[in-house]
Amino acid sequence: MQYKDYYAALGLTRDATQDDIKRAYRKLARTYHPDLNKEKGAEARFKEISEANEVLSDPEKRLAYDQLGKGHKPGEEFRPPPDWDAGYEFSGAPRQASPEEAAAFSEFFESLFGRARGGERAGRQDFHARGQDHHAKVLIDLEDAFTGAVRALQLRMPRLTPGGHVIAEQRTLNVTIPKGVRAGQLIRLKGQGAAGLDEAAAGDLYLEIEFASHRLYHVEGRDLYLNLPVAPWEAALGGKVKAPTPHGVVDVTIPANSAQGRKLRLKGRGLPASPPGDLYVVLHIVLPPAGDDKAKKLYRTMAAELAFNPRAGLGV
Amino acid sequence: MPQTTRSILSADLVSDEPELTIDDVCAACGLTREEIAGYVSEGLAPAQGPAVQWRFSRLTLIRLRRARRLERDLGLNPAGVALALDLMARIERLQRRLARYEQEI
Repeated sequence: MQYKDYYAALGLTRDATQDDIKRAYRKLARTYHPDLNKEKGAEARFKEISEANEVLSDPEKRLAYDQLGKGHKPGEEFRPPPDWDAGYEFSGAPRQASPEEAAAFSEFFESLFGRARGGERAGRQDFHARGQDHHAKVLIDLEDAFTGAVRALQLRMPRLTPGGHVIAEQRTLNVTIPKGVRAGQLIRLKGQGAAGLDEAAAGDLYLEIEFASHRLYHVEGRDLYLNLPVAPWEAALGGKVKAPTPHGVVDVTIPANSAQGRKLRLKGRGLPASPPGDLYVVLHIVLPPAGDDKAKKLYRTMAAELAFNPRAGLGV
Repeated sequence: MPQTTRSILSADLVSDEPELTIDDVCAACGLTREEIAGYVSEGLAPAQGPAVQWRFSRLTLIRLRRARRLERDLGLNPAGVALALDLMARIERLQRRLARYEQEI
């Protein structure tokens, strides 16, 4: 087991006041709280910060830690001396852990102050023997919502060991994604939450759906948006062009005199929810390059023959 | 970390309808009725009529759990939590829009 420097975790020295500790903890917590900061490593850092705060913000625990820590360096191999806590009384109840909090405090913490979270969690389950429901966010491909595919989802879930420890466990679940699911919607996996006490039923696992960003479409609720490149003459003269949809290629009729950014609605071609969403095709006019003489000649003809001033609206 | 793999699980769509009572939410979030009433009055959870008639959706429950974590870990009050959650939702919307524009360029 390695010795942990709780003062360093909060960026403080040993002479910090209780006010300094509170300020440092709050500031770091606002930066690294996993509900506020989705960056990699934020969660681990937050755990370090809250463990340090758990000890240093409590004057009794802090005193005990200070006595113990003299002469130890962070990362150094460490064993607490037997009966090290004789004479100290830890009256402050450990803060409550929410069900989805994955990991307990470090081994170092547990050896000094006991299994604060795991023990308490087991105690709380006495009230409702049914296992806790868990909640996680998952990223799926848009196509999966169209077809209702089976996908292997990687989840990190807390699990209570028989010894009362809470450990983070990597689970791979093969899940049938229900057809027509929308972003922000929940799907339920029965009995995949925390195990129940004795014979009681396990909790459920709720997964909040999020779509991975897609090369072609973006999603707004049930509706999809597609940027469709069109040639200037297709926009000007109108006509039929091909467009991809998640259901396959379709013909889209472009009305004559369509401007850049015109939205065309393909009813019912969005997410297959009930009612189904729509697919909006947004026209994006692309100019052919004046690369060769033939193209240049055509552009010159237009310049000469068309009375067109694109800057008329600017008064010039 | 230990790994486990299981067979194919079927998932069902959870209704967006508010179906959970205040006691369901108390049990699932470890909150008291008074705390939930406090969140309702800050607009963190939509509810109508007297408390016994309140019904909450599963998404609201998840929002309340998050509110409770923020309140506990950052020392916020319910009004501060409500502001934080609103701002976070706004940032998320803006980030999605930004990602879309960056993709189009």
